[in-house]
Amino acid sequence: MGSAGQSDALITARDAGLVACQQCGQVHRLEARICTRCNGPLRSRDAESLQKVWAWLIAGMIAYIPANLYPMLLTSTLVERSESTIIGGVVELFEHGSWGIATIVFAASVMIPVGKFIAIIYLALSVQRHSEQNRHERHKAYEVVEFIGRWSMIDVFVVAILSALVQLDTIATVNPGIAAVSFALSVIFTMLSAQAFDSRMIWDADRTKA
Amino acid sequence: MTTDLPPLDELVACPQCDTLHRAHSLPDNARAHCKRCGIVIMTSQPAAMARILSLALTAFIMMIAAISFPFLTLDAGGLHNATSVLDAVLAFNDGYAFPLAVAVAFFIVVIPLIRLGALIYALGPLVREQKPREGARTAFAIAERLRPWSMAEIFIVGVTVALIKVAGLAAVTIGPAFWAFAGVVVITVLKDQLICRYSIWEVLDKATR
Ligand SMILES: [Zn+2]
Ligand SMILES: [Zn+2]
Repeated sequence: MGSAGQSDALITARDAGLVACQQCGQVHRLEARICTRCNGPLRSRDAESLQKVWAWLIAGMIAYIPANLYPMLLTSTLVERSESTIIGGVVELFEHGSWGIATIVFAASVMIPVGKFIAIIYLALSVQRHSEQNRHERHKAYEVVEFIGRWSMIDVFVVAILSALVQLDTIATVNPGIAAVSFALSVIFTMLSAQAFDSRMIWDADRTKA
Repeated sequence: MTTDLPPLDELVACPQCDTLHRAHSLPDNARAHCKRCGIVIMTSQPAAMARILSLALTAFIMMIAAISFPFLTLDAGGLHNATSVLDAVLAFNDGYAFPLAVAVAFFIVVIPLIRLGALIYALGPLVREQKPREGARTAFAIAERLRPWSMAEIFIVGVTVALIKVAGLAAVTIGPAFWAFAGVVVITVLKDQLICRYSIWEVLDKATR
């Protein structure tokens, strides 16, 4: 099957008076509430989707602030005790000449989270305004957000490994800072925000406005 | 518009944009994309079910090895510290960081194991052409629902970054668990690519009836 539709006119399950299961793709009559194939819940559209998206997103953005202000890592060696924030850690790596690693950490801890906030705000606003523009681009943006968001967790795992590994009593110890907790929460909240987004709404605009 | 719709069982809707398509059987190694948004709706790979099951079993065993063997060892100034995957998780065990320890444990060990276990439970009898077990559908739904929360591959990248960070300070020895964990990651990626949700649900459904 290339993917055979109904001639060239693409119609949605909702247009046809049906409801589709998002878990398995099976199509049912609109009144059905539970999928007969996979037992998943059936909802033509999730009416509270945007509300949940905004709530989780705001929680994620709030948690991201202390994640940047407070230390991620607490390091103590024979000679000194130091604390480093997310940005501080990236700068340190650059100074050591570890360009590649510095770029990975910067991308995972700053570019991805911030890019994700912007992308989710844009997606939610465009759906609220019933925008009909750039549907394909917006759908792509949604897929990228869903795929890439989890990768922000890299820095949390780096902190976990370093704190476990570098425990050499007097010589050097590394411990997690409070920012590791708020950063992890920020990533979890934004993942929940992206998952709450009902991507079918991107394609609904022309009908919901009419 | 709704006049001449084929029977509902012959239709499949795109989970991401709700567009209806007529379901056909696919030739081997083919993928069917959504006509509107382009995501893959179904794939067809020969013996996918048996391959998924054997990959899941391998990954499960390797994961057990990854949490039992030494992961990394650090030596500096005559001091020595060996770390297992579980130590890495428990690094967060004091005070305010405790919930984080639990979350990290879930992301890198517990959820990957639940996913693998659920998949083995759901698909095992199907490969042997027996009736699905009680709750097989729930098990498969859980395995797929948890997919974004299984972060073993992200963890292994994090470990690599951490290794480069300490490389200047101390000698780090990579233990067998590291390679087992890396193996789990690779196998999981291969396995997830073989999963065609539509076909597995169809098989589960028909086998239950
Ligand atoms: Zn279903
Ligand atoms: Zn689609």
